[in-house]
Amino acid sequence: MQETLTTNEKPESNKKDVIDEGVEKGLARLTPEKISTVINQVLTKETGARFKVYVETCMRCGLCADACSIFLSNDRDPKLSPAGKVKQTILEMINKKGKVSKQLLKDVVRIAHTECNVCKKCSMYCPFGIDIAYMMTLVRRICHKLEITPLYIQDTVNSHSATMNQMWVKEDEWIDTLQWQEEDAREEFENLRIPLDKDGADIMYSVIAPEPKFQAGLIYQTAVIMHAAGLDWTMPSTPGWDNSNMAMFTGDFEISGRIARAHYETATKLHVKKIVMGECGHAFRSVYDVGNRWVGWAMPPVDLVHAIDFYHDLLTSGRIKVKEQYKKTVTLHDPCNVSRGRGLHNKAREIVNILCESFIEMTPNREHNYCCGAGGGVINCGPPWKGSRMINNREKKEQLERTGAQVLIAPCHNCHSGLEDIVHHYGLKMEIKFLGDIIFEVMEKTIYQKDS
Amino acid sequence: MHSFINFIMGPMVWISFLIFFIGVIFRFFQVIKLVNERENFIYTYMSFKYSFRSIFAWLIPFLPVSTRKSPVFYGISYVFHLLLFLIPIFLLSHVALLEESMQWSWFTMNDAVADILTLIVIFSLLFFIIRRIVVPEVNFLTKLSDFGFILIVALPFVTGFLAYHQFFAYQWMVIVHVLSGELMIILIPFTRFFHMFMAPFTRAYTGSEFGSVRHAKDW
Repeated sequence: MQETLTTNEKPESNKKDVIDEGVEKGLARLTPEKISTVINQVLTKETGARFKVYVETCMRCGLCADACSIFLSNDRDPKLSPAGKVKQTILEMINKKGKVSKQLLKDVVRIAHTECNVCKKCSMYCPFGIDIAYMMTLVRRICHKLEITPLYIQDTVNSHSATMNQMWVKEDEWIDTLQWQEEDAREEFENLRIPLDKDGADIMYSVIAPEPKFQAGLIYQTAVIMHAAGLDWTMPSTPGWDNSNMAMFTGDFEISGRIARAHYETATKLHVKKIVMGECGHAFRSVYDVGNRWVGWAMPPVDLVHAIDFYHDLLTSGRIKVKEQYKKTVTLHDPCNVSRGRGLHNKAREIVNILCESFIEMTPNREHNYCCGAGGGVINCGPPWKGSRMINNREKKEQLERTGAQVLIAPCHNCHSGLEDIVHHYGLKMEIKFLGDIIFEVMEKTIYQKDS
Repeated sequence: MHSFINFIMGPMVWISFLIFFIGVIFRFFQVIKLVNERENFIYTYMSFKYSFRSIFAWLIPFLPVSTRKSPVFYGISYVFHLLLFLIPIFLLSHVALLEESMQWSWFTMNDAVADILTLIVIFSLLFFIIRRIVVPEVNFLTKLSDFGFILIVALPFVTGFLAYHQFFAYQWMVIVHVLSGELMIILIPFTRFFHMFMAPFTRAYTGSEFGSVRHAKDW
């Protein structure tokens, strides 16, 4: 049913009708006392100067509105401006001293979990730099403590908690998948290895759970790139290999911290020089910007490099050479967490220009990009919310359409899935690829020699 | 009557500024205490370089993309904030009063210029009121207190303008002018007017995070 929604239908009616079992059952369990205790506990004990100053400084000028693609996608619905979302959630809770109704909480979950991608673009549009994404994370923290987190993303967090990866991948399945990919790749390169637990390797390569689960080909591609570049690398066989982290988006900071800690500890145990991670944005945010802080490191304790940085090095140092440039017209989606989150947007463009013949710029871009619509755990809220997500992504769809490119490059897993949904839902004629897909396609498959 | 006017134009001015300064110190003390107790990581991430980079970027008119999305509001708002300080500080009659009582004196602006600038302030405030009513996303965020703030700012300018032209009830205009000016000064530390002190710091923190952690621009 959700699939057939069109943009002409009134968004409001669809969104209010969504039934999320996790939310419904959670709400049924709540008592008024529990609600006010939890809200007041989070708002008074878990916040500090930032929260107080943000609430007391916002002049309600509305300049943040134009930052938000969800607001723009819904014909500038005032309820969906960033400050509007704060008004309906945090400010309501403060005004009512935590004594809010279940109906309000239902709206609060919808707003914080599915109508905000915590992409932080609005803090670039607020003249005071108020971090509204932080406020929304705080709301999600309250939902987590009230146990009314949407079902699907909660399941992902449960998986993190039990397995340290987001998709219930068991240890033997993980090792098996890596060895299977190694075996396949050896048909291309005779001596190729996916070295497991190699002590003191230069690089620990990290992927997120969807790769072993259903995109194992990406591990194959990376193995080929690593081998051709002549690099000393390894992958851990034990939990800690997945640095994606949905707990940081549900406000379950305790589990979020455990995930980040397990990841750094795995790298430290292997004595690797640095962690290189695959094309994933929110996993990068998790270990570069969020998890490390919870564990107590201002910056990541181990040198950490996103795939964009890594590929850029390989291509500019000549470790990977391009045999023939990619022919189709391409455009580039800037994932929030590596552009606004790490400033890698210019390097990404340099890579695209090395690899491809014709690159079409998407606007707005770089720090001002629109989120793919899936970010911040929104896609992870699952099928119940897909219909409303597609409505909220109309602006993104129009942005993609304007480029007229044949291929859409998205160096982020989450963006991939979100953009895939947009392309299918709106019937766009676009192929979506990772940078790695294109590198694999255009590279010279010879092994790098230092002197050559 | 005379002694009342003498009071509000004499000791009350000092009392207002005293409350203002104590209030500002108190508010900063509160925030710093909270930072130290709960979020001392803020010091770790604060960077002088990126704080000032961000603040300066946001002081350059129409450099931030956000300001270009709402050019009319932003332009009016920019001029309004400048005039809010320039007019009272460089107004001839204000400086003359200070010279009389304290022998302090500095550059003053021509009265005719001040007159026009005051009208600009008043029309800016009218624009803000209309914008709060007409623009849906702003209206949704607007509380009664937002109009209250506009009124409190408007009062000293409107009464000052009327008193200068002596249209009617001159003495009452002066009284309301002085009292409303003092009211605004007193209220600054205790209301959202405090954004004039806090905004540079929130900007600086976001600028620091964007600059030194995220290696990205924040404007």
